[in-house]
Amino acid sequence: MSGGPAFGTRTPGVLETIESSAQARPGRRAGGRRFNSGKIISWIIFLAGMFYFFLPLLVTFVFSLRLQPTGQAYANVLFHDPRFASSLIYSLVVGLITIVISILLLVPTAYWVRLRVPRLRPYVEFITLLPFVIPPIILVFALTRAFAGPPFPLTATSDGLNILVIAAYVILSFPYMYRSIDSGLQAIDIRTLTEAAQSMGAGWGRILWAVILPNLRVALLSGAFLTLAIVIGEYTLASFLVRPAFGPYLALLGRDKAFEPAAVTIIAFGLTWLAMGVIAFIGRGSRGSVPLTGGR
Amino acid sequence: MASATTTAPGAPSARPGRRLTPAWLGVLPFFVFATAFLLLPVAVLLSGSFFDSATGQPTLDNYAKLAEPSIVQSYALSIEISLVTAVAGAAFGFLLAYALIIGGLPRFLRTLVMTFSGVASNFAGVPLALAFIYTLGFQGMFTLFLKNTVGIDLYGSGFTLYTKLGIELAYMYFQFPLMVLIMAPALDGLKREWREAAENMGASPTEYWRHVALPILTPTILGTVILLFGNAFGAQATAYNLAPLVPIVTNVISNQISGDVFHNTGLGYALAMGMVVIMGIAIAIYARLQRISERWLKS
Repeated sequence: MSGGPAFGTRTPGVLETIESSAQARPGRRAGGRRFNSGKIISWIIFLAGMFYFFLPLLVTFVFSLRLQPTGQAYANVLFHDPRFASSLIYSLVVGLITIVISILLLVPTAYWVRLRVPRLRPYVEFITLLPFVIPPIILVFALTRAFAGPPFPLTATSDGLNILVIAAYVILSFPYMYRSIDSGLQAIDIRTLTEAAQSMGAGWGRILWAVILPNLRVALLSGAFLTLAIVIGEYTLASFLVRPAFGPYLALLGRDKAFEPAAVTIIAFGLTWLAMGVIAFIGRGSRGSVPLTGGR
Repeated sequence: MASATTTAPGAPSARPGRRLTPAWLGVLPFFVFATAFLLLPVAVLLSGSFFDSATGQPTLDNYAKLAEPSIVQSYALSIEISLVTAVAGAAFGFLLAYALIIGGLPRFLRTLVMTFSGVASNFAGVPLALAFIYTLGFQGMFTLFLKNTVGIDLYGSGFTLYTKLGIELAYMYFQFPLMVLIMAPALDGLKREWREAAENMGASPTEYWRHVALPILTPTILGTVILLFGNAFGAQATAYNLAPLVPIVTNVISNQISGDVFHNTGLGYALAMGMVVIMGIAIAIYARLQRISERWLKS
């Protein structure tokens, strides 16, 4: 991606030959048959990486099939364990609510910071980066202490705990949601769009909803799926806030059963893969953001 | 500054008291939310760490107690695990990214590994812990395979997954893919002109790497090492589900949240604040390094 346009204006000559010799490397194999040690090392590193990546997955998968008849572990989980579906749905719903709140909070903020109040930018950026400094375990510690008693005893009720877990996930989504929204806003000319909309009589709500939001679709979608991927498997916040979520369910299953947790692990992996695939598909061409606030 | 944007011609928004509406109203919910669910709760921990939980008197005692051997050991263990996995993860991740981008591997592998890395860096927590238990646990399939087929008795020779080493092995699973995710675009961003210029001036590939490429990449590499450090230091779910008895800071704090194991809530808060300070230092250094590296590798 980068540096692409720079090549366009160059005159052919010495540089061209160097470049073409670099590009012709794959072709050399046919003629030269030279023993390329660098390439062999590259392959060894690649295979080592793939080994590390696949071994735990392969073992878990094979193990999950051991319960006879083959596939029974999956059947047990999918059809005979109501907590599987209920915890997955709980996490999905929580994830969706998180995404909506995160978008509602961050799109107007990023928009106004760009358009009218740029002097707030350092504060907004500082806050959106705080989840890197305050990991989930500290956040949940703080939340359970701050909301344990009056004036807002949220930890006392199930609804209160739901509010806390969603609020915490919204906080966790801040870093990459804000970054993707902000770079999305950078890519469109919000000033001109705003003025055009204003001149046609649109109010602020309408400008944000009908003009800005649709232009941010790609940025929002990849942020949303990242949030979803993180929320679905999240353990730390969900378990300390005693929520019936997917992460704590899997942890509990891991203590009670032998083969079923392996099956759920494979399913969880599939879900992660699915989310990453969707993000890669949505974000083709744009640089993927690196998630760091997940449930590690 | 503020007046530059106020008079868009024909804008119908020329209400009095512009300072409060609608821009300020637009950003208000964000600040209120962040204050309620992030800043104030953390402030509660912070202020709690300065009070004696038994007497309610202000004190610095909780911080003094951080010097107790068991707590120092916890921090040391967490820092060691984070450093080891950050450096090893960065080293291997760099090699893998290098092999992919520059090492002449077929191009389709690049997409493959990048996708894998995206998935692996997100595949953490409970499922990761379980996968490692199935693989390298006492009855793990790979453990048994090594013992029965290859003849290497891991557990007979002192290895246990439920220790520091086990946590490190599991953390590596999300550490090196993260390095690949960051390093591959950085290596891709090395401009061909730089190498050509170096070659034109007679530099060997080694000299090009030593004097051009590596100095450009160093802030990115160092920054990522620090990022990986923070990534491991703040990790809770994986270690807690793999080896809850290893007294790393997140495990200790977890036990403190579940039931006041110190019998001293103030000490728990101080322990948490210590963690925030270390994370804060790491991220501050990272932010600085990233600013330097963006100068060269802006993509």
